[in-house]
Parts: sequence; C-alpha cells; structure tokens
Amino acid sequence: MVDILVDSYSVLWEDLRVLRHLWQRFLITSLVSPVLYLVAFGWGLGRSIHVEGAPSYLEFVIPGIIALTAMTSSFSGAGMKLNVDRLYYKCFDECLMSPINPPSLIIGKALIGVVRGLISSTAFLIIGFIISPTLMLSPLFAAVLLLTCFTFAFLGVLAALLAKSHQDMATFTSLVLLPMTFLGGTFFSVSQLPQALKVVLHILPLTHSSQCLRAITLGQPFPWISLLAIVGFGLVFFLGCILVLRRTSV
Amino acid sequence: MIITENLTKVYGEVKAVEDLNLEVRPGEIFGFLGPNGAGKTTTIRILTTLTKPTSGYAWINDFDVLREPHKVRDLFGVVQQHISLDRDLSVRENMELHARLHHLKLSERRQRIAELLDYVELAEQANHIVDKLSGGMKRRLMIARALIHRPKLLFLDEPTVGLDAQTRRRLWELIRRMNLDGTTVLLTTHYIEEAEALCGRVGIIHLGHLIALGSPLELRQRLGLVTVETLSNNNRDTNYHYFPDRTAATNYAQGLPSDVKTIIVRESNLEDIFVELTGRKVGDD
Repeated sequence: MVDILVDSYSVLWEDLRVLRHLWQRFLITSLVSPVLYLVAFGWGLGRSIHVEGAPSYLEFVIPGIIALTAMTSSFSGAGMKLNVDRLYYKCFDECLMSPINPPSLIIGKALIGVVRGLISSTAFLIIGFIISPTLMLSPLFAAVLLLTCFTFAFLGVLAALLAKSHQDMATFTSLVLLPMTFLGGTFFSVSQLPQALKVVLHILPLTHSSQCLRAITLGQPFPWISLLAIVGFGLVFFLGCILVLRRTSV
Repeated sequence: MIITENLTKVYGEVKAVEDLNLEVRPGEIFGFLGPNGAGKTTTIRILTTLTKPTSGYAWINDFDVLREPHKVRDLFGVVQQHISLDRDLSVRENMELHARLHHLKLSERRQRIAELLDYVELAEQANHIVDKLSGGMKRRLMIARALIHRPKLLFLDEPTVGLDAQTRRRLWELIRRMNLDGTTVLLTTHYIEEAEALCGRVGIIHLGHLIALGSPLELRQRLGLVTVETLSNNNRDTNYHYFPDRTAATNYAQGLPSDVKTIIVRESNLEDIFVELTGRKVGDD
C-alpha cells in the first residue's frame, strides 16, 4: 500500500512541477467558463426563475457549477496532458518502461486531475461564497468534491488511454462531457423531470455530484445513494484504465 | 544479456518482425542495421516491455521479458528515437523524475544527477527548460536520464538521427565511453558509418528478417574486402564486384574491356553487404 502511494506520488510529481511552472495560466483559464455560466445563467437568465427548496436560483446553481467545474477541470487536467504525452511527445512510454506498477501509474496520472479539479472548484467556491454567504459547507462537501474529482480524473485517464489521436479526445469531450454539462443537473433540478428522463440522466455521474453538493449547501436531506454512485463510477473508470493498460503493454 | 527466440510481431497483415533469433552478449555494442520500417524499433519496443509480441520469447539476463517485466525494467535504460523528455520541465527535473520512477533515494538521486550531468556535459544547463535546449543537448540529456539507475543494458534507438556530423561524433564518443564503463549497448541505426564506427557485431535486418549477423569485418570478408565499381550501358548502370584483396581487385580492373569504365577500387562496407543481400540501399524507404 505504501509502495503504491510512493509510486503514485512519483508519477504525480512530474505533473505537479509542470503545474508549478504554469499555475497562473491554469487558474485563470479554468475559472473562465464557470464564471461565465454564473453570470449568464445565475444572474442573467436565472433572475426570474424560482426553484423549489432554494432561496434563489443563484444559490441553486452555484453548487451545480462547482460540480461542473470539478468535472471539467479534473477530466482535462488528467486527460489532456496524458493524451499529448502519450501520442505526441511519447514521454508516457518512459513511465511504462519504469518499474512503476499499473495501478500506481493510473492513480499517479489521475492525481494531477484531482489536484487541478480541487484548485479550480475551490477557487470558484470562494467566488460563490462571496456572492452567496449563506451557502452551508461541511466536511461531507469536501468529501463529495474529492470523490467527484477522482471519478472524473479516472475518466480523463481512461479517455486518454483509449484515444488514438488528439481528435479522439475532442470527440470524447463533445459526446460525453458537453451533454453532461447541460444535462447533469447543473442548471435545473432533475427531480422535476418525467420519470423516464430522470432515469436516463442518472446514468450521468455529474447528476449525482450536483445532487450531493446541492443537498449539502441548501441543507436538504443527503442522497447517500448518489454518493455510492459516484464511488461506483470512479471504480469502474479506474478498472477500465487498468484493463486498457494491460491490453496494450506487457 | 539478450536472447530472443522466434520473436514475431504482426500488425494487421504486416509482419514487422518475423522469427527473430538474436543474442546480444554482455559488454558488447551490438548494432541493429536496416532501413526505416525494417523492424528495428518494433524489436526494441518488445524488448523494453512496451509492445507484446505476437509470438516468440525474449529474455534479458535470464528474466523472461513477457512474464517478469517488472524485473526486466530495472535492468535496462532506453534512449528512444524521438525526444521523449518532458519539455515543460528543466534538465534537472527530467533527471529527478526518472530517478524517482526508478526508486532512487534522495541522497543517491542528488549524487547521480550531478554525476551524470557532468558526464554528458550538461551541468551548466541543469536549470534550463528542456524546450530551449539544442537537439544535441536533448539527446545527451536522454542518455544521462537513461543511465540514472545504473542499467547494465542500454537501448539506443537511432541515437544520432537528425544531428549534425560534429554532434554525432561527440555522441559516439559518449557511447564508447559508456561501453568501456561496463554498459552493454544495443543500438539501432540506418547510418552505415555509425554501425561501422561503434559496433563490435552487427545484425542486418530487412522486412522483419535478420539477414546477416557478425562483426563488420566478418561480414565484409564474407562478401570480399575490396569492391570495384564499374559503369556500363553508357554510364547508366553501376556494377559492383567484390574481391578478397586489393591485388585481385586491381588485376580485375586492369583486365576490363576498354568500353567499361572503372570508377573506383575501394574497401567494401556494410552498405555493400546490405545492397547485395536486399538489392536496396539502407537509406531507401
């Protein structure tokens, strides 16, 4: 176990150093879209919308945008660099030829997504807290955020390992991440939808993250099943990564 | 050091490597010579655990490459054909990363990095970002990086491709020095002069098959140490004739009819062997 942690950190170390060189650019670019969503949907469109169980639409949408930020930042933080390192610079081969075992390698590559996801979502959380100081936070909120970041970071690693080109990665983002952005319970409440659609939208991991974070910040009953679903998705993505890695290299 | 048995890799309908039987002995510089696409890089990818072979076996120091990849990975260092460095990191950071991946302790990491950057003359550039280095410096850094865990075996895949003549010679000196320090080297190249300058033994590979194996001298002796090049068909065709020594070659040249032009009498080289065996030049794609 200790070996896995040490090895994962060795893999993470590379990406942390890169982040250290480029952290300002990363922070600014990762905050652009959540702030735009906040302005367009929270203040603009949402001003006249009333949602059940929330004092205002702004307070409804902020936890959703935090989940969304965690998703996009973790996914691209882990996936994009791995994709470039694997297919273009081929420096991922160096990791594959080292004595690091596959689980540590996968966790190490996912961890940079987790770090980036946590930084961007925390930065946005601070903005959200300034706008709406009544948001309720708890250790459970941090736990959900962390698990969300892990789940989407593993998905990023999986997509990067499956991609045969940079275009594949963009296609994956358009077909999987973009629909989740708008349908994953960020901007509207899934519970108000017809049953059939509700079932479909619960296949999206982001729906569960939004529901968990929203329940905490609005002081509603916590959906433990959604938390289990996030963990389940994370495990499936992690095992998927291991399988893909085993299939391709020795 | 390396043994392969009927090693075969098939991509779709293309046989990249077919029934390769090879032995690389401890302490030697073994050269894998062949044109692009001959199967050199595929062989190295299999030996370095990056690619699974379709069939066959490979051992490094008696460890099965397929069954015990974790044991094999500590034994070798690799310098890949392309620049596989993290370009956003500094020279020292790239070294440090590799040392961490190979489980070197902190004190040993520091000492090895300092030693190796001196060895490849990059100590002054230790804090430079890799993206800003010249091509030759990047290659030297890749060599230093590959040596960090004191591997017994070094794979060099086209180590000097794309470099100018002076930088290439400097790298040759470095490779010889590493070999004298006890590292076994397997290098691939499509530069004839590189194989002749460095390698104790050479394996010529063509379309996935090993077609000749021996020291450069043995291979030349098999063909004839001296070559006579003649022109015929109104100077349109070049013909090659091989002789065991210079006397026999000169006698032949002098006895040629007057309409055949003799271009040159010279020592045979590995290129001649390649052309004779395949009908192509090594540099042809």
